[in-house]
Order: sequence, then structure tokens, then C-alpha cells
Amino acid sequence: MECVFGLVGDGFAVVAADSSAVHSILVHKSDEDKVMLLDSHKLLGASGEAGDRAQFTEYIQKNVHLYQFRNGIPLTTAAAANFTRGELATALRKNPYSVNILLAGYDKDIGPSLYYIDYIATLHKIEKGAFGYGSYFCLSMMDRHYHSGMSLEEAIDLVDKCIMEIRSRLVIAPPNFVIKIVDKDGAREYAWRKSIKSD
Amino acid sequence: MKLDATALDSSAALIPSSAALIPSVGGDGVFAAPSFDLPSCDDFDGFQKNAKETLKHAKGTTTLAFIFKEGVIVAADSRASMGGYISSQSVKKIIEINPYMLGTMAGGAADCQFWHRNLGIKCRLHELANKRRISVTGASKLLANILFSYRGMGLSIGTMIAGWDEKGPGLYYVDSEGGRLKGNRFSVGSGSPYAYGVLDNGYRFDMSVEEAAELARRAIYHATFRDGASGGVVSVYHVGPDGWKKLSGDDVGELHYKYYPVQTTPVEQEMAEAPAA
Repeated sequence: MECVFGLVGDGFAVVAADSSAVHSILVHKSDEDKVMLLDSHKLLGASGEAGDRAQFTEYIQKNVHLYQFRNGIPLTTAAAANFTRGELATALRKNPYSVNILLAGYDKDIGPSLYYIDYIATLHKIEKGAFGYGSYFCLSMMDRHYHSGMSLEEAIDLVDKCIMEIRSRLVIAPPNFVIKIVDKDGAREYAWRKSIKSD
Repeated sequence: MKLDATALDSSAALIPSSAALIPSVGGDGVFAAPSFDLPSCDDFDGFQKNAKETLKHAKGTTTLAFIFKEGVIVAADSRASMGGYISSQSVKKIIEINPYMLGTMAGGAADCQFWHRNLGIKCRLHELANKRRISVTGASKLLANILFSYRGMGLSIGTMIAGWDEKGPGLYYVDSEGGRLKGNRFSVGSGSPYAYGVLDNGYRFDMSVEEAAELARRAIYHATFRDGASGGVVSVYHVGPDGWKKLSGDDVGELHYKYYPVQTTPVEQEMAEAPAA
């Protein structure tokens, strides 16, 4: 029931994810942040098994930081995506991680980019993508309304449309979502879309 | 779909069922084995199976913990079950990791006891090495990392780590799948949905210690009432700035009659001796 989706706009990339932490029929938490700030200009939205999601994404984050400490410069988005895919691929035949990832980043010379990395270590550079049951509704909506070079308002409007669609059509739809963006000024939280207030 | 009832009454096996229900006058007046129509659907017996099976292998217990103004309340039942057999009514499900941190037990008892004891050792080593107490965040992360490295090997642990450190009260949920969640309110175990219902409704951040303890006690009691795998004694602990303190241990049977005292029903009709004729 976890939904992660994202798209690339004009000078920015946006990633949205649901925020429910679920265990069979119980919702333990509905404000769990599943989009991690990988470094100053990268976002990692992950969905999958609870332990794998947190542990694998933290592992990637620490290794990205380590590279920056050792070499004095940050990884490019493409390099980070390829590193992530490599780690998933290495573990795949022994101890696979059940995590699907959307990695968004902004590089000074390249601009914004979005990478689709699934749990069997597929890697694609994409303009728009989605994971989870929500993807059945989001992908077609994004295909219909997306055009390259969307402004922030248009992109957030499309994200909101997708959230509305998931809420109304998905049985046991997650109530709350978090939206984060990354652009030349860095990666940051843009907004929450909450329909259940949790203390 | 006709129910095959021939095994029930072997003497009627020879008579065709079409003539069964109407005894023919003067003819063979013996009834055949009755059979009745069942609704034609895929899996009549298995309709609710899915819903029941989902929760069947859940950890047979009810534990809860929540943060409020005065610290953390931790409560649990004390029943251990092996399938349908109640193996103990007096299990200590709240484990004292160190004087200011508690862990709850749900899942495999041995797993929880061993790994909480192990966590206590690691926390003490941290204190000795760093000359300061470990935070609740750190302790829960230690446990979560250990459990993650054993994932897929059959450990069954659903625990909450509750404590008071420099940042104030802390509560984390950690399970054997490697998940770790920070939160203000958790309940774990097969009785947890029932406990959540009572807990969520009655919760306020600014409660006194007595009110909070009563809420916890009530939530566990209601869970033990509805869930067969929970019962025994409700233990309630409070973690404050000076460490934890056990507040109460009440048998749920006694709590039942305290909350729902037996009411003498008015006598409707009384039998009286018939007057001697």
C-alpha cells in the first residue's frame, strides 16, 4: 500500500511519498518520513519492507557522505544512482533488499534528474515515475498531464491530483503524504498533505 | 452443492435421495439421508479464513506504551500461549533493561528476554566507555541493527523501548523484521487493535500519572477481554526523570468485576409452594 512517485520540472525535481507505517491490519504511524535527504542536493524516496527501507537508505546515505568526506566533492546524482543500484545488485543473489527507490537530484551543470531503481536492481533515468499500488493511478495521470519544463505550481498541482486520485480510488489508501523538492537551492521538504492529524 | 451426508446414516444409503423426504404411504416408508443445498460459491468454508489467518500468527500478547506530559507509561498483560493452550498466566513481559529504560516483550519469549538482556549489557558497556548514559535513540538503534542482521532467520520480536534520557521521554518500536519507528503511542501484539481502540480515544497529552495509568490499565483489560491470547495480570509501569517505577499489577478477572459489577436482577416471577389442597 506504499506509494512513492516523482517527476522532473523546470530546474527542479519533486518526490512525494505516503507516510503510513503499517503492520498487517494496524497502522502504527501515519507521519513516517519515507523521503530521505541523501545530501544537500539529493532526495531518496523509498518504499518497501520496513527494516530494509530504513537500513538500506541509511547505508546509502552514509556511503554518499563518506565519499564527500574522502574526496572533498559530492557525488553526482548519476553516480549516486549507479552506486545504489550496484549495492542492490550485489546483495540480490544472496541477501536481497526489498526496497524500491526513486532518487532525485540537482547537479549544477546537468540540472534536475530522476532515477528509477527497483528492488531487483533495475536502473532507469526517467522524467516521471511511481512505485506501489498508487502507481496504477499515478502513472497514467502523469502520462496525460506531464510535459517537460513544468513550473513548480503546475508540478505540485499534478502531484496533488495524483494524491487525490489515490485517496479516492485505492482501497485502504494512505491518509497522509509528504512532498519534497530539490532544486539549485538544495533538497528540502515542500509540504505535507495530511487528512489525519497524528500527535 | 449438495452436502454429502451419507456417512451420517449408513442404513439409508441404498435409497435414492429423490424419494427421501416424502414417505410413500404403504411403500418403503424409510427416509433416506437428508441433504440440503449449500450456496454455490468458490470456497464457502474459507470465506472468513483470510481475515482470521491474517492475525493468527501475530504475537500472542498485548503490550502498550505512550508518552505524555509526565513521562512514559508502559503496560502489558502476562499470558503465554502455545496455540490454544495457556502455558502461563504470570509472565513478566516488561523487561527492565536498566534503571531508566524498559523494554516490552511480544513474540518469542526467549528471543525477547535474551536480546533485551544483551541490549542491557551493550548499554552498560556504552556507559562505561563514554562516561554517560546511552540515549533511548541509541539503545533502540543498537537493538534494531542486531535484529536486522538476523532477519529471515526466524527471530520473532515485537518490542517497544521506553526510557527517559537527556532529551526527555523517548519511545521506539523495534521488531524482528528490522523495522524501527519513533512515536508517541504504540501497542504491539495480537490484542493491540483492541487496545488501540481504547487508548486512542482516551489519550490526552496532559494527563496526570494516575489518569494515564488508569487509561493503560483499561486498554489492556479490554484487549484481554476480547483477545484469547492475552490475559492474566495487567502490569503498569511509569518512566519518569528519575527512572522507572512499577505502579500496579492487577488480575484482569478482578478488574472485570470492578469495571462491570454484578447487578442483582429483579426477580420476575417467583415460584411459590402450591397451597396444600
